[in-house]
Amino acid sequence: MRRPAARDVAGILVASALLIAVMPMLIGTYTLTVLVIYGMLGLSLGLIWGFGGILCFGQAAFFGLGAYVYAISAVNIGESTLPMILAVLVTAGFAALLGAMMFYGRLGDVYLGVITLVVTLILFKFINTTAGPQYVIGKARLGGFNGIPGFQTLNVPGDPEAYIWGDQLFYVCAVALVIVVLLVTWLLRSSFGRIAVGIRENETRMALMGYDVAARKTVLFAVGAAIAGLAGALFANWAEIVTPNLFSLGQSAEIIIWCIVGGLGTRLGPIVGAAGLAYLKFMLGQQSMIDNTLIMGLVLVLFVLFLPRGLVPAVASLWRASVGRGTRRRPSRHRRLRHG
Amino acid sequence: MAETVLETAGLTMRFGGVTASDNVDFKLRTRELRCLIGPNGAGKSTFFKCVTGLLTPSDGHVFMRGQEVTGWHPHQVAALGVGIKTQTPNVLDALSVHENIWLAARRFFDPAEAGARTDEMIDRLALGPIARAELGQLAHGERQRVELGLVAVADPWLVLLDEPAAGMSAEDVERMTAIIHDMTRNAAVVIVEHDMQFIRSIAETVTVFHQGAVLMEDHVDRVMSDETVRRVYLGKKA
Ligand SMILES: Nc1ncnc2c1ncn2[C@@H]1O[C@H](COP(=O)(O)OP(=O)(O)OP(=O)(O)O)[C@@H](O)[C@H]1O
Ligand SMILES: [Mg+2]
Repeated sequence: MRRPAARDVAGILVASALLIAVMPMLIGTYTLTVLVIYGMLGLSLGLIWGFGGILCFGQAAFFGLGAYVYAISAVNIGESTLPMILAVLVTAGFAALLGAMMFYGRLGDVYLGVITLVVTLILFKFINTTAGPQYVIGKARLGGFNGIPGFQTLNVPGDPEAYIWGDQLFYVCAVALVIVVLLVTWLLRSSFGRIAVGIRENETRMALMGYDVAARKTVLFAVGAAIAGLAGALFANWAEIVTPNLFSLGQSAEIIIWCIVGGLGTRLGPIVGAAGLAYLKFMLGQQSMIDNTLIMGLVLVLFVLFLPRGLVPAVASLWRASVGRGTRRRPSRHRRLRHG
Repeated sequence: MAETVLETAGLTMRFGGVTASDNVDFKLRTRELRCLIGPNGAGKSTFFKCVTGLLTPSDGHVFMRGQEVTGWHPHQVAALGVGIKTQTPNVLDALSVHENIWLAARRFFDPAEAGARTDEMIDRLALGPIARAELGQLAHGERQRVELGLVAVADPWLVLLDEPAAGMSAEDVERMTAIIHDMTRNAAVVIVEHDMQFIRSIAETVTVFHQGAVLMEDHVDRVMSDETVRRVYLGKKA
């Protein structure tokens, strides 16, 4: 993070513009849209885990919550702007409460993992039991395992008839991701971000410096959840239905794998990991010779064994070495599982 | 009489059957330099931990500038202006020397001021050439120096140093002594050390801990020549 901010931002903008222009020629925008959404979801965990040292086993809970809050409020409101905002705010609020409970309770890393996992499981089980007609919020039936279909999807703000879908939805999602990346960049360069990284490295020292570790972790956790909630709301618009599977543990595990494969402690890694693995899964889904969870598992094992720091850090050090700056020290050493 | 900045009354810390701190009454005046000595396991580090909130005492009270801080969290105590160098290095190993010191400064100063104070501290500690190096890659003495720097940069009025000279070269110790004297212009400093040479060079009043309790508290010369102290401590070392 010692590069000048202007260069960092310019790099992000140029690279995103290129990708947004080129990628639709290679992959259909329908598929691309969901890859972008997963990229955002990957980044949400990459932020809190890679930079804050908070390993959350329940990032899917926030993704699902964002999707459900969007769907339920879209059914009730019939216009998409407020539901999008609500999806982000409600998810962030929920995470802030959960985070405050965990961090002020000074739970160890393992308990943090267990609690986030259990919360995901509870949401999954609960939503699954809401098939009966008595489970309604306003005009929205929760629908249990059938999920909620037929809600108002994304529209031009203020004009419910002007739907944003297809190619347009892709561009909206892509721009949203770019904005999120820029915000994350700004956050990490701010004092708050640098302090968060300090907390990842040594909570005791940061507390002895006078920083309220619990408060800061709670805020970072909520920011990560807000991003996951936004991704969830966009996903709801893409899928045009929300189902309890959004909360599944499998989904949570996948997000963790994206981060490991892409590279923790970078902004790009979790995005690349998410989009890459999701695309791989999509390709594998089109054949039936090999079970695709097997392949995913294999990819993870290979990465952990041969590229333990993940794809993006590995490519970055190769790049630095090849342009002759290999003598510079690595920006950080990531002790993935030590910090929770 | 000078203001008392740190006072403990009946401070006791038990770990199961072990009483690591035993009814410690301790008083420190503003800008005083005090040394704590005592054999291994005497409870010196435990005393520091109870004072800074890293441990919650089983019994007794801690006061800072007249305010009771017993049971406070470490960050609350630190926020008052209390700095500690722990016995085992407690630094941010994956970050640079500069970042370590900057983070400590940033807690009490705005970004510009923090930056200026960080640069100043790096100069004073002669860390300039390695300012951008990752701390984990540095030698033990350099890391000790950085930890001292990150304590000093926050401009505390109470500083606790747990074995700051351990594993340091003579040159490092000299530099550190200068910094400690610098700190006493604004802060009361308590130093735990085993190095008698160092104690003699820096101390006036020495408090001797033995089996969790205060055995003796007096001028360094009288402590060093005391029969009991020699028996429990110095005899073993010499
Ligand atoms: N967390 C703990 N749990 C149990 N016992 C502890 C704990 N911390 C310290 N003790 C015990 O308390 C006693 C005092 O330990 P302490 O570390 O305070 O001694 P010390 O004076 O700092 O010794 P040294 O000079 O070796 O650093 C020792 O008997 C130690 O074993
Ligand atoms: Mg000790």
